[in-house]
Amino acid sequence: MLEIKGLKVQLEDEDKQILKGVDLKVEAGKVHAIMGPNGSGKSTLSYVLSGKDGYEVTEGSASLSGEDLLELDAEERAALGLFLAFQYPVEIPGVGNMTFLRTAVNAQRKARGEEEMSAKEFLQVVRAKAKTLKIDADMLKRPVNVGFSGGEKKRNEILQMAMLEPKMCILDETDSGLDVDAMKLVSEGVNALRDEGRGFLVITHYQRLLDHIKPDVVHIMADGRIIKTGGPELALEVEKNGYADILAEMA
Amino acid sequence: MAVPAQKLEATAARLDGMSLPVGGKWATEAREAALARVREMGLPARRDEYWKYTRPDTLTQADAPAAATFETGEAPLFDSFDRLKVVFVDGVFDPEQSDDLSGENLTIERFADVAAKDIHWAKELYGVLETNGQNPVERPLAALNTAFATDGIVIHATGKVSRPVNLIYRHKSETSDAILHHVIKLDEGAELTVMENGPAAARFNKSMEVDVADTAAFHHVRAQGRDHERRAVTHIFGRLGTESTFKSFTLTVNGRLTRNEAVLELTGDDAVAHVAGACLGDGDFHHDDTVFVTHDAVNCESRQVFKKVLRNGATGVFQGKILVQPGAQKTDGYQISQSLLLDEDSQFLAKPELEIYADDVACSHGSTSGAIDEDALFYLRARGVPKNIATDLLVLSFVAEAVDEIEDEALREEIITRLEGWLERHR
Ligand SMILES: Nc1ncnc2c1ncn2[C@@H]1O[C@H](COP(=O)(O)OP(=O)(O)O)[C@@H](O)[C@H]1O
Ligand SMILES: [Mg+2]
Repeated sequence: MLEIKGLKVQLEDEDKQILKGVDLKVEAGKVHAIMGPNGSGKSTLSYVLSGKDGYEVTEGSASLSGEDLLELDAEERAALGLFLAFQYPVEIPGVGNMTFLRTAVNAQRKARGEEEMSAKEFLQVVRAKAKTLKIDADMLKRPVNVGFSGGEKKRNEILQMAMLEPKMCILDETDSGLDVDAMKLVSEGVNALRDEGRGFLVITHYQRLLDHIKPDVVHIMADGRIIKTGGPELALEVEKNGYADILAEMA
Repeated sequence: MAVPAQKLEATAARLDGMSLPVGGKWATEAREAALARVREMGLPARRDEYWKYTRPDTLTQADAPAAATFETGEAPLFDSFDRLKVVFVDGVFDPEQSDDLSGENLTIERFADVAAKDIHWAKELYGVLETNGQNPVERPLAALNTAFATDGIVIHATGKVSRPVNLIYRHKSETSDAILHHVIKLDEGAELTVMENGPAAARFNKSMEVDVADTAAFHHVRAQGRDHERRAVTHIFGRLGTESTFKSFTLTVNGRLTRNEAVLELTGDDAVAHVAGACLGDGDFHHDDTVFVTHDAVNCESRQVFKKVLRNGATGVFQGKILVQPGAQKTDGYQISQSLLLDEDSQFLAKPELEIYADDVACSHGSTSGAIDEDALFYLRARGVPKNIATDLLVLSFVAEAVDEIEDEALREEIITRLEGWLERHR
């Protein structure tokens, strides 16, 4: 599904290399986790995949369902089925959450040549999905992420994911800033979307989230590279001993 | 300050070509006094401090520069509202297209008729609020309007007026040069909403004097749009009594030159005055909001909220002042003017001012110029919203604080629909 080969990325403005050759393949139906120290390039990878400006790919490739992602605009990647749950969801004053969601859903449908969702159908679907994430009517009406708590913002990301039904979901530290209850809600939201046709790439610092969202594969990223790949037990090892051992072992 | 002789000579030469309209006793007196004010002040000239950012020449010259009419193909604004329609074509009242001039808690008369009478209550206000508003800053084009206006509307609200009055300005002739002067009086406890829309004329000079008595509430929503070459200078003079409310919002799109002045005086305690505006400018567009709010009473609130979206070389100007007079304690004054510059060719010129002579007040002001928020743009695009639609959403987001000043939800939605329509046409 998602296939990244030898990806090297540097900043556009600065001569600074951040990703130094990343190889990764996420198959449909699987959950891959990426762990790694701060500053190792995890968010950068998620941004480059989803098409944010400011990065330059100097080598390598990335594709989704066989289509070259790097050739596409951010909105085209989204329509193709790529979704990034942001580490820091952006506040947009003056744009209602509902308006935003409906615009996004219908823009993607239009781009794929599908019929747009009617206002009525949309309302029904969004209400049902919001309810399971404990997002109330007020949050749906408010401007996008404005005045939302950290937990509310993350739940809102999952709601967007549920509405857009992407093929490939990247979650960037969706667990950070969540208390135990919010973590449970978010994880249930993610697990409800687990499906044979859908892949997940879950970026996290903590084993905690992976107790709820059970990964098939765990990668450790450090200094712009994936330095180790293993099963769920790798996350437990990190939890117990930190990254020091792994880093030392690879050095 | 002495007025340069050259300026007075130019003004005299310009006025020599004009003759005062014929009218009844009170109107003739008011017009003659206004003409004397114009002669004394001189018409605005390029060197004037108050016209530093906006060139007045096309507003003062003898002939109006031509302006073609432009049809957007949209349904007329406020079409679905239950309102009393008052239509002016190239600055002349059109009884055929207008509704019957009557309403509950309302007397409404054509200014041409009022001006023909020997006495009329409008005398208390016509040119009076304008004269008050000439100090400390002169507004000669408003005095010119008082001297030469022959048409307009005179409204007296005696209670709650449930049906809003909609002043509709049609533009037919490519060289029309229109002057309209409205007088609006709200009695104690009265409530009135006035909407204005339409391009009006090739050149339009409009004044509106509004007297809001104690506990009365005046709401004003205006849309200036359509014709690309039209020019307008407008003045609103408002006087607010105790516990009264005055709220005005203006949307401006298109037009080569627009200068909107609002001069408000809070004379009674606990009064509330809000003036807000949003403009969208693309290309050869110059938009100037000049606002002067004077606090002359205790515990009043005033807000000025102006948002300008500019691209392809458009220019936005904001000159806004809050003056807090001695004794106007507990004043709550807020002023914000912001521009969203969609490219590097566009510019925003702002002169925000506070002048405070009382010690127990809370006043804040801010002025910013910025580009589209790239993080927000990426967030929207990452959700599949194409760049042009995402930009439109962010433009709407930017102007929201001003549009939210419109209290009535239906009117607010109507204005937002217009904004969306304009954005769609300018993608
Ligand atoms: N736009 C940027 N400008 C400057 N430095 C950046 C930028 N984006 C990322 N970096 C740098 O790249 C490195 C990786 O950052 P990031 O991808 O956020 O790491 P992680 O998500 O793993 O914590 C860090 O050293 C960070 O400072
Ligand atoms: Mg990160």
